[in-house]
Amino acid sequence: MQKPPTPQERYQAEAQVISGQIRPVKRFYAFLFVFPTLMALWVVLSGRFDAFHLILGVISCALVSFLSGDLLFPHAPHPRQTFRLWWRFPLYVPWLLYQIFLANLHLLYLTFHPRMLQLIDPHMVRFRSTLKSEMALLTFANSITLTPGTITVRVSPDGDFVVHAIDRFSGEALPGEMEKRVARTFGED
Amino acid sequence: MDKIFLYASLILCLIMVLSLYRALFGPSVLDRLIGVNAIGSKTTVLLVLVGLLFHRVDMFVDIALAYALLNFVAVLAAARYFQKRGGLGR
Amino acid sequence: MNLVVIIILGLGLVFFAGGAVGILRFPDFYSRLHPAGKMDTLGSFLMLGALALYHLHPFTLDNVLVAIKIMLIVVFYFLASPTATHAIVDAGIRAGQSAWQKPKQGAGS
Repeated sequence: MQKPPTPQERYQAEAQVISGQIRPVKRFYAFLFVFPTLMALWVVLSGRFDAFHLILGVISCALVSFLSGDLLFPHAPHPRQTFRLWWRFPLYVPWLLYQIFLANLHLLYLTFHPRMLQLIDPHMVRFRSTLKSEMALLTFANSITLTPGTITVRVSPDGDFVVHAIDRFSGEALPGEMEKRVARTFGED
Repeated sequence: MDKIFLYASLILCLIMVLSLYRALFGPSVLDRLIGVNAIGSKTTVLLVLVGLLFHRVDMFVDIALAYALLNFVAVLAAARYFQKRGGLGR
Repeated sequence: MNLVVIIILGLGLVFFAGGAVGILRFPDFYSRLHPAGKMDTLGSFLMLGALALYHLHPFTLDNVLVAIKIMLIVVFYFLASPTATHAIVDAGIRAGQSAWQKPKQGAGS
C-alpha cells in the first residue's frame, strides 16, 4: 500500500488537476470509479432496457466521466482498492444503521423527557483521528453526524476533528469503535 | 391501505406545521433555516405518499427525487451565503 | 405484510414527530440541530423504506425499478443530511451564535 500524501502534496495535486496536468493513469482510475456509478444511475432512472437508450447512456456517461471524473476524485485509489471498497462498504452500513437507531432512541428519550434541560449538557469535543484518505475522513465525519448525539463542526485534511456533543454520555464515546470500523473498511488499520 | 396512507399524510402535515413555528418565529436566521430543512425532508416523504394515494408512484417518485435535490441545494446555498458573509446582520 | 408496513410507517412518524418537537423544545441553536439532522434522516429512511416495501408487492420489473428509485432518495438523504447540517453549523460558528450553557448547581459535582 502506498504512503498517504502530505498536505503539500495534496495541494500540488489539486493545482495539477485545475491546470489540467494530472497524470493520465490517475485520470483513468477516476474514470473507472465514476463510470459504473453514473451508468447504474442512468439505468435506474431511465428504466428502459432497449439498445437505443443503453447506447445513449454509455455515450453520455463516458463523456461526463472522461471530462469531469478527475474533478470529483482527484486522488482516486488503485482499482484493486476500489474493488475492495465495493464489498467492504456494504458490511459497514448495517452496523451504522443499528448505531443510528440506538442514537435516535436515546435522542427521542431526551426530547420527550419533561426535565430535559437538566439532562442535556452541550459542549465541544476535540480529538485527532488517525485516518488518512479523504474518503475515509468524509465517511467518518458523516457517520459522527448521524450517530450518538454528536455533530461534526470542523474537519481538517490532517484529521483534526471538532465535534459538538449533546450530553456527557455521547461525548465520551468518541472516537472509539467507529473509527476502527471506518479504518478497517478503507483498509487503513 | 389507502386510508392508512391518507392518515399518515395528515399526521405528516401536522408535524410540518409544528416545524413551521421554528421557520416563522425562529430567533435567528439559522433557526429558520433548520425549520425549512426539516419541512423539506418531510415534503419528500409526503410526495411519495401522495403518489401512492393517486396510484401514480412512477411519476411522483421523480418529483420527490428532484425536490430532495433542490431542497439540499437551497439549504447549502443559504448556509454558505451566511458563512461567507461571516455574520447574520441585524 | 401490510402489518409490517404499517408498523414501520408508524415508527417513522414517531421519529418525525420527535424531530419536530425537538426543534421546538431544545434551548439553543446548536442543540436544535441534533434532532433536525438525525431524526429526520432516520424518519425518512423508515417511511420511504416501508413505502418501497409496500410497492414491491406485485413483483414486476416496473415496481422493482420504482422501489429502487425510492431507495435512491434514501441514499441521497444519508449523504445530503449530514452535509447540510455541517454547513448550517459552520455558518453558525462563523456568525458567533451563543451556546446555551448548563447552569451551575452548587459547588460540588
